[in-house]
Amino acid sequence: MLKDITIGQYFPGTSIIHKLDPRVKIVVVAMFIASLFFVTSFWPYVLIVAFIGTIISVAKLPLKFIIKGLKPLMFIILITFAINLFLTKGEVLLELGPLTITKEGLRQSVFMALRLVFLITGTSLLTLTTSPIALTDGIERLLSPFKKIGLPAHELAMMMTIALRFIPTLLEETDKIMKAQMARGADFESGNILNRAKNLVPLLVPLFINAFRRADELATAMEARCYRGGDGRTRLNELKFRSRDYVVLASMVVFFGLIISTRYLVS
Amino acid sequence: MIIQLKNVNYTYNPGTPFEKKALDDVNLEINEGDFIGLIGHTGSGKSTLVQHLNGLIKPTSGEIIIDGKSLSSKETKMKEVRQKVGLVFQYPEHQLFEETIYKDIAFGPKNLGLSDEEVDERVRNAMGLVGLDFETLKDRSPFELSGGQKRRVAIAGVVAMKPKVLVLDEPTAGLDPRGRDEILDEIRKLYEKENITIILVSHSMEDIARLVNRIFVMHKSKVAMAGSTREVFSNADQLESMGLGIPQITKFMRRFKALGHNVKDDVLTIEEAKEEILKYLRSNRDA
Repeated sequence: MLKDITIGQYFPGTSIIHKLDPRVKIVVVAMFIASLFFVTSFWPYVLIVAFIGTIISVAKLPLKFIIKGLKPLMFIILITFAINLFLTKGEVLLELGPLTITKEGLRQSVFMALRLVFLITGTSLLTLTTSPIALTDGIERLLSPFKKIGLPAHELAMMMTIALRFIPTLLEETDKIMKAQMARGADFESGNILNRAKNLVPLLVPLFINAFRRADELATAMEARCYRGGDGRTRLNELKFRSRDYVVLASMVVFFGLIISTRYLVS
Repeated sequence: MIIQLKNVNYTYNPGTPFEKKALDDVNLEINEGDFIGLIGHTGSGKSTLVQHLNGLIKPTSGEIIIDGKSLSSKETKMKEVRQKVGLVFQYPEHQLFEETIYKDIAFGPKNLGLSDEEVDERVRNAMGLVGLDFETLKDRSPFELSGGQKRRVAIAGVVAMKPKVLVLDEPTAGLDPRGRDEILDEIRKLYEKENITIILVSHSMEDIARLVNRIFVMHKSKVAMAGSTREVFSNADQLESMGLGIPQITKFMRRFKALGHNVKDDVLTIEEAKEEILKYLRSNRDA
C-alpha cells in the first residue's frame, strides 16, 4: 500500500532527459508551470500535451507510472472540479436541487482539472527523470547566487538531500514495523476512523523513536567526517552545461513564448 | 506436517526497474516438533521466506499450507495464522512501543481477544520463559533496558501469543557474546519445555550446529540444500561456494583427518569433538 506512492520517485534510465543538467530541468519545469497559467483557452493544451508526451516517450517512462502518480491526488482534483462546477455563476445548464451547473462552470471546472493534472504530471516528470542527488545539486547551484544576501543555499540543499535520502528508508521501516505488529495481531486495515487512529500508536511510537535515533547517528557520522557546512567544500561531480542543455533551454524559451502568444492570438 | 510450501514464487516490485525475484520455486515441509535452521547468504531470500509463513507476504504464485489450512483460501483467518506462527523479526526491540514492559508483552494476547486473567497469565508465563523477572520488571519502561533485555521483551511479546511455530529471524544479531548465549539458551529451553516447532534464521554456523536438527539452505532465491544438520554440514565445499561455511570445529576435524588421523569428521560441537579426540588418543595408546 505504501509502495503505491510514486510522487517524487526516481525512475532510473539513460535517456537524454535523464542526462540533462538538473539546473536546466528545474528551470524548464518552472517555465512549464508558469506557462500553464498563461493558458486561457483549450487549444494551447494540445501543445502542453504534446510537450509532456514528447518527454515521456523520449525518457521511456511507462505511462502506467505517470497515471499511478496521479491517483493519490485524484481527491484534490475531484474537489477542485466539483467546486468550480457548482459555484461558478453564469448561464444555467442544469439544476439539481440546490446545485446548479452553468456553462461557464462546466468550462472552468474541466479547465482547472486539466491544469492540475498537467501541473502534477509536469513536476513529477522532473523527479522521475532526475536522481535526488542531482536534483538537490541543481537546486544548490541555482540558489547559490542568493548566498550573498544570506540564504544558506548549501544547508538547504543538504537538508533536502537528507530528507529525500530517508524517504525510502522510512517507508521500509514503516513497512517492517507494521509487519512486526501485524505478526502480533495488530490490525491496521479495519475499524472506524477513531479506532484506526488509535491502532496507529504501535506503529508511530517505534517509527519516531527510530527516526530520532537515526538522526542522531547520522549527525555523529557527519561530524566524525568533519562536516561543517558548505564553505570551501568541493564536489566530485561538477555540473557543466553541454550543448544539449543549451538546445533544450532554447526550445523551452520558444515553447514558453508560443504559449504566451496563444493568449493574445486567440482571445 | 505443520508447514508446507508448494512451488512458492515471490517477486518484489514486479513490472518496474526495481523488479527482483526473491523466491524461486520454493518447496519445503516442516514437521511438528522440528527445530529448523535456515541459513543463506544476505539477500538469498530467507527473510522473504519467513514472512510468507504467517501470511505477511502473499506469494506471487504457489501454495502455503499452515496446520492443514491453505493461506490462499478465503476462509483462513489471518489472525489465526499469525497466532499459530509467531514471527520475531530482526532487531525486534525496534518495535517496542508501550509505556511498560507488561503492556508491551500483553499487546499480542490482547489482540487475540483474550480475557484479562488469561492475558495476565500469559505475560507472566512468557516473561518467565525468556528469563525476565515479572515482579521487578513488569512496570518498568522497556526503553530503560539494555539491548539484550529489550530483545527478550520483544521475544516474550511473541511467545505470549502461544504460537505452535516460532520463527526467529537472526535473534542474536548485534548482541554481545553473553547476551547471545543467553538468548540461545532460552530458545532451546523454549523448544524443550513448550514442545513447539522452531525455525531459526542465523548466520552463525556454530549456533545452528548446536541447536537445530534440520537445515534448509537458501541460495539465490532457491532452497539449495535440505537435510539433517550432519548431512548438510558434510557438504563443506558446496556450502563454501555459496558464501557460507561449516562450524569451525567441524572444519578443524576435517583438517585433522586430512593429516592422516583416523577420526570422524562430521562432528558438530566442541563436546563431540572432545569425545572423538579422546577416543582416538586412547585407541592410539592401546595400539
